[in-house]
Amino acid sequence: MTTPTDFTIAEARDALDSGAVSARELAEAHIAAMDAARNLNAFITETPDRALADADASDARRAKGEALGALDGIPLAIKDLFCTEGVMTTAASHILEGFVPPYESTVSGNLQAAGSVMLGKTNLDEFAMGSSNETSYFGNVENPWRRDGDNRPLVPGGSSGGAAAAVSGRLCLGATGTDTGGSIRQPAAFCGIVGMKPTYGRCSRWGVVAFASSLDQAGPMTRSVRDSAILLGGMAGFDPKDSTSADMALPDFEAAIDGGVKGLRVGIPAEYAVEGMNPEIAALWDQGKAWLKDAGAELVDISLPHTKYALPAYYIIAPAEASSNLARYDGVRYGQREEGSDLTELYENTRAAGFGIEVRRRILIGTYVLSAGYYDAYYLKAQKVRALIARDFTQAYEKCDVILTPTTPGPAFAAGEKSDDPIAMYLNDVLTVPASLAGLPAISVPAGLSGEGLPLGLHLIGKAFDEETMFRAAQALENAARFDARPAKR
Amino acid sequence: MSLLEGRTGDWEIVIGLEIHAQVTSKSKLFSGASTEFGAEPNTQVSLVDAAMPGMLPVINERAVEQAVRTGLGLNAQINLVSIFDRKNYFYPDLPQGYQISQFLDPVVGKGEIEIDLADGTSRTIGITRLHLEQDAGKSIHDQDPRKTLIDLNRSGVALMEIVSEPDMRSAEEAGAYVTKIRSIVRYLGTCDGNMQEGSLRADVNVSVRKPGGELGTRSEIKNVNSIRFIREAIDYEARRQIEIIEDGGTVDQETRLFDPDRGETRSMRSKEESHDYRYFPDPDLLPLELEQSWVDAIRESLPELPDEKKHRFMGEYGLSVDDAAQLIAERETAEYFEAVAEGRDPKIAANWVTGELFGALNRTDTDLSASTVSADMLGKLVDLISDGTLSNRLAKEVFEIMFETGDDPEKIVEERGMKQVTDTGAIEAAVDDAIAAGAAQVEQYKGGNEKILGWFVGQVMKATQGKANPQAVNEILRKKLDG
Repeated sequence: MTTPTDFTIAEARDALDSGAVSARELAEAHIAAMDAARNLNAFITETPDRALADADASDARRAKGEALGALDGIPLAIKDLFCTEGVMTTAASHILEGFVPPYESTVSGNLQAAGSVMLGKTNLDEFAMGSSNETSYFGNVENPWRRDGDNRPLVPGGSSGGAAAAVSGRLCLGATGTDTGGSIRQPAAFCGIVGMKPTYGRCSRWGVVAFASSLDQAGPMTRSVRDSAILLGGMAGFDPKDSTSADMALPDFEAAIDGGVKGLRVGIPAEYAVEGMNPEIAALWDQGKAWLKDAGAELVDISLPHTKYALPAYYIIAPAEASSNLARYDGVRYGQREEGSDLTELYENTRAAGFGIEVRRRILIGTYVLSAGYYDAYYLKAQKVRALIARDFTQAYEKCDVILTPTTPGPAFAAGEKSDDPIAMYLNDVLTVPASLAGLPAISVPAGLSGEGLPLGLHLIGKAFDEETMFRAAQALENAARFDARPAKR
Repeated sequence: MSLLEGRTGDWEIVIGLEIHAQVTSKSKLFSGASTEFGAEPNTQVSLVDAAMPGMLPVINERAVEQAVRTGLGLNAQINLVSIFDRKNYFYPDLPQGYQISQFLDPVVGKGEIEIDLADGTSRTIGITRLHLEQDAGKSIHDQDPRKTLIDLNRSGVALMEIVSEPDMRSAEEAGAYVTKIRSIVRYLGTCDGNMQEGSLRADVNVSVRKPGGELGTRSEIKNVNSIRFIREAIDYEARRQIEIIEDGGTVDQETRLFDPDRGETRSMRSKEESHDYRYFPDPDLLPLELEQSWVDAIRESLPELPDEKKHRFMGEYGLSVDDAAQLIAERETAEYFEAVAEGRDPKIAANWVTGELFGALNRTDTDLSASTVSADMLGKLVDLISDGTLSNRLAKEVFEIMFETGDDPEKIVEERGMKQVTDTGAIEAAVDDAIAAGAAQVEQYKGGNEKILGWFVGQVMKATQGKANPQAVNEILRKKLDG
């Protein structure tokens, strides 16, 4: 039998259904794996007791023939940006250290209601701001992968770096992530797993610590496309408590994945072939096109002319929203407080001690671009660019059904390699940000290895609320790529 | 136009008001927490109101309906698409670190209302806009020597901010404006108008200029919570500004506070210290879109509003502006008056309501709803005057007894024998007695002293215990004295 930690969610579901494994055995195997992989620092809080209790409850349901569905008994990790009732929730920030929410986020609550088992809360960049998981107050996360012949630790990507490392390192069968500009897809690519950002509005944001409200979207991180579809089905759904949640019926995502790509029109955007593109990435992209074409898809040249403005627009809009969203962390009601001799000092001391350098940088940028006299030149202009980018996609989708690009400009890099250069770090998001600004679903599928033996991802962008077509194409890529490489360290 | 006199000549005051009116609704603007006044501190606070991590606002449809209803009551444009913005600033009683408000695209646009002045004239005042916003919590500084305590019960309660054009020219006009706004929202049931509890409060913008000249620099007096204080604050502030300018200084654009104990305004913060609120559309909320048919349905359900009613009372009943304005101020008063006037002389009805009834209510500090004299009873009293049973003087006596005892006027008249004597035989006898007793007075009368007639009337009234019909007494007296 396969080692329980090597199961996909679909395999574990079948094994649970057949009685080959119990939820408790699954949970115990993963708790042991977490113990053995502490050096990855993938978790901020581990909840083994909770996991075993969840697993026992699942086994009891199954014994009575009352299993809840595909996720009943499946051990999952929850990004520490989702508020979890009775379990510390930090957003990887000192300012929330010790904060225990009296409420459960809608997405983690949905997964709980589906019978899943919570192993713990995964590490991330502080307030989800970062592309390398080096800004966490609780320390860096290590990528389970190593370059061939080089044992220096690599970053797992970010901000959902802990989740990506945990899924890749076989510490859980799947994990929740959140994606604002690429925070699911980029770490998924760096860690050789599937990371999917749904259409904005598909998953409720209620109870998810906000970074940039108009962009934040929860999504699944898994080891297969099928698992991605299964897990998304457990997370998504209309929530009246989130005004931006889409009141739409939830399709059966898993049923959609095997539809094939025959006749599917796959758009190839000219603007993504940037000059100086890493040749390995260019080659992988060509390989992806060939795979889809061989599977019966039709390749269509498209243009997304405003692509080059996406990153600057993103780095105005996201910090602007963040500067306002993070105002509530003031030391008055919850979380950390640093006393001062008056109110202003209390604010200054609390926020100076509570926020790390990247969070402070983005609050300052966001405050600046919203200030009187700068609003029109920065924030308003960025919003106009955002509208143009969305229009680019609308026009492109008149000619194609799904868009194929690489996920990242390169493979995982070493810790410290880019942390002194914010621009170099921000460039990691250049290929993922446009879909975020347009609110479109997108997925990264592991598709090959770099010359140094590191995983690389291909990226599919779908039409709004058409995750099904995107999953079909993703499954075709997965079938063709046969990505079965495994991280050196696990 | 009323002008203020300074050393260098006359000055004109220019006033604009921002009224904050708490929306009458069971729950808050973006959360389900209760809005009940007077609860224990921090017992009506949802996770959203406390700005816990990850909490999101969801608009309360009832609050939107109330804002639209108010906008229609202000004869204003209803914007079918409006946008909620965040107004960012730090304060402990503002948990989110921003107030959700409406900045560039409010739910209600331009409108106008009429105000009624003491000299019996009316003026039209422009409404700039009405928008919805969240109230903040309350900071309590006087319960602990070192700490500020925070009560979040009010945090997130829906407010309507009603902004006027700078159309008012005196403290009296500003007072009349607030009175009319209060009257309108109370008619509509969109705000209880309770200024003591803070349900209705005003920021007052005041500047002065030479009549017809360029607008002066304004100061804004924050959070004034009574009509009297608004008038006092304006008068003080206008005098202060005139003095500064006449002494060769310039008025600073600043925010000031009114101190009712000392009757003066004091500087709170200057323009330089003013916040940069960094307004931007709240990404947690979609634009607010209204259906025209929904707005129309609200319009259909509106009651007759104060200004409409005032004009109807003037037209239908022939009342003066002053009487009409007094009677329409409260919906209940207007209804009371109309019940009294039904089938009777409306002017007499109006006189009794605004005269005796208002006088008695004021004297005893009683609300109309608690009045012992019902409209039905007051109507009967008017009938007793009309049919000659009571003279005006007797009727006033009967009214006092009614107000005190709550008894029916007919019963009072019957039991206490207060009927007016119109029997000419009885009056003639009393007149004869008076003439016989007052030989000297008869001489004076014949000598041309008309005023002495009052002495005879007094004698007759005394003899009839005041029940003689005064008209009849006069007639008979003259006939006998002249004859």
